[in-house]
Amino acid sequence: MALFRSQVLICGGTGCSSSGSGKLIDRFEELLEKNKLQDEVKVVRTGCFGLCEAGPIVIIYPEGAFYSHVTVPDVDEIVAEHLVKGRIVQRLLHRGSLDDTGKVRALDDMDFYQKQKRVALRNCGVIDPENIDEYIAFDGYKALYTVLSEMKPQDVIDVLLASGLRGRGGAGFPTGRKWQFAMNSAGDKKYVCCNADEGDPGAFMDRSVLEGDPHAVLEAMAIAGYTIGSDQGYIYVRAEYPIAVKRLELAINQARAYGLLGKNIFGTDFSFDIELRLGAGAFVCGEETALLNSIEGLRGEPRCRPPFPAVKGLFDKPTILNNVETYANVCQIILNGAEWFASMGTEHSKGTKVFALGGKINNTGLVEVPMGTTLREIIYDIGGGCPNGKKFKAVQTGGPSGGCLPASLLDTPIDYDNLIAAGSMMGSGGMIVMDEDNCMVDIARFFLDFTVDESCGKCTPCRVGTRRMLEILNRICDGKGEEGDIEKLETLADNIKATALCGLGQTAPNPVLSTIHQFREEYEAHIYEKRCPAGVCQKLLRYVIDPAKCKGCTLCVRVCPADAITGNVKEPHVIDPAKCLKCNACMEKCKFGAISKQ
Amino acid sequence: MSVLDHKDKLQKLDEVIAANKGTRGAVMRTLQSAQDIFEHVPKDVQMYIAKGLDVTLSEVYGVATFYSQFALEPRGEYIIGVCMGTACYVKGSALILERIENELDVLPGQTTPDLKFTLKDTRCLGACGLAPVIMINEDVYGRLVPDDIPGILAKYKAM
Repeated sequence: MALFRSQVLICGGTGCSSSGSGKLIDRFEELLEKNKLQDEVKVVRTGCFGLCEAGPIVIIYPEGAFYSHVTVPDVDEIVAEHLVKGRIVQRLLHRGSLDDTGKVRALDDMDFYQKQKRVALRNCGVIDPENIDEYIAFDGYKALYTVLSEMKPQDVIDVLLASGLRGRGGAGFPTGRKWQFAMNSAGDKKYVCCNADEGDPGAFMDRSVLEGDPHAVLEAMAIAGYTIGSDQGYIYVRAEYPIAVKRLELAINQARAYGLLGKNIFGTDFSFDIELRLGAGAFVCGEETALLNSIEGLRGEPRCRPPFPAVKGLFDKPTILNNVETYANVCQIILNGAEWFASMGTEHSKGTKVFALGGKINNTGLVEVPMGTTLREIIYDIGGGCPNGKKFKAVQTGGPSGGCLPASLLDTPIDYDNLIAAGSMMGSGGMIVMDEDNCMVDIARFFLDFTVDESCGKCTPCRVGTRRMLEILNRICDGKGEEGDIEKLETLADNIKATALCGLGQTAPNPVLSTIHQFREEYEAHIYEKRCPAGVCQKLLRYVIDPAKCKGCTLCVRVCPADAITGNVKEPHVIDPAKCLKCNACMEKCKFGAISKQ
Repeated sequence: MSVLDHKDKLQKLDEVIAANKGTRGAVMRTLQSAQDIFEHVPKDVQMYIAKGLDVTLSEVYGVATFYSQFALEPRGEYIIGVCMGTACYVKGSALILERIENELDVLPGQTTPDLKFTLKDTRCLGACGLAPVIMINEDVYGRLVPDDIPGILAKYKAM
């Protein structure tokens, strides 16, 4: 293997690719060739580094220089200075990557990474996901070898049970028990499925694992196959994730070529292969039985349970279905032992959890922390708090099945049970931060709108009930809320929770219930005072011009599409509320900050 | 004129139907291939598939309308997807969508009369670090404010 003096790691995840990391790779390769450095410096397209906010990201080893927001012209400077002359380009380094004395800090010492513990993401941003040799060099497929050569199926299950691993897709069912049920079920054919239909809005953990470390999922699925006695796996992945799909296809082909998938793996009599199935854009297919229907080519509607998939699943055969992140933990548990895994986390939630941190937060990105880390540590120590000095209002976890937690609950240690007790849930790991400018009634309406749109229509509570709730919320946001609306919402929510067919329907009212519970005064302001305290709900707003700030520049008069603004040049203007369309155009254009919403 | 009048495309569809007939999940796979061939799956294509696979039209129609991937009407040359994921929403994607609606005079789900643009409000694109985000065919535009929209659309109008 060739030796290189420097390695240039460039993030090829969706975030950085969208902001042009592909062009950076081309430019690096072009310039390295021009400087005849192509045999000394290696360019590697890796998976996601996590700190998407700073993208595109380039890290150069051995120095560990962390360059952020890199542009194509910057590449010229990095090559000329750093790679040719050995001088780090200070100007382009990420602000958090220098210590107090101005020296480059190791990645793990940066504020963003210091509290993180990367298990599921250990290879993301480290290896080239399109090269199986790099995965193997990082102990890849060693766990599968260990299982096939030294362990019986029951041994694998015992290790998983002892580790305390629970499903990372949201509900948190113990993985070892799920595998045990499937192993015990009789059947001539069994299936191993992977749920990569990451549908929660604002969640991109699974995508990053698939893009950054696809073999970790394949290897764990093969271990699952050996354990339950299956020779066929399916990965159900969203078609909206083209990079993940491409890397999975590559990884499957490479594993087949190396004999790590296919017949007689490692010379044993165990055979296992994996096929991809592309999701066709339906949120409900993230529900396990709906997903199985979709793999079978049917409408993705949930089935009644029991029978559970472990007994009667795909094509009516015993099936296990786990989430991407769950699989990404399995090989590490086999390699490092159940005790190692169980040493992290809280009493009933072991290991780590990946969260997609987004919304009104400085360091948007992907973080992996031990269970039991508090919300405050994630949002402030890792995430850097809300931007522009705005006040934190709430954090939403669990997507459309979860809830909003206020500042008073920031010290809650995160685990499955604590989040449920706080009125939310772990979900797959989306974590959206909201500040004082976000209206909680509007957020509840946003999630309900999503649920109504995505409801598969099979059961009445979800199909009709969520629509009735949305109508009430729309009315409240339009200033037509009535006394008793909050109570009506609560009654509907309780009925839907008790009677909907699948997990998604049963949890659909959660965003409404949690916002009513934590932010009732905002609902009341909308209903009784016809006022939106956050200034979001357009119909409840009035645009006004502050005469002290208005210079009479007439810009607003010109942009107003409704001729609602009048006034003489160099004199304060006024807005006629009867004509105002509340289109926001004047406020966006005003150079003096004289226009505000009330 | 029906899209089925294109002889070479019809021949491709016949091959797909023959390859999938009688297999499990045939309807979904055939529809996906049909959409690749015709770029959408109108009623006559669905009827043709139902007949070819020997299943009821309601089964084909049921699958075609269940998944947002399938388009029953022709779509524009450029598909504009405005991300309505939570991260984008809290950062103002509703204002971005409204601006595009006004610029193109279409609502989400509609196509401009010249078949240039189709506007869609999409599920989370997973590029939350760049919120708010839109996607035009394969190109992603992030960290947007409404005033960015006319400039972006102008590029495609000129193409």
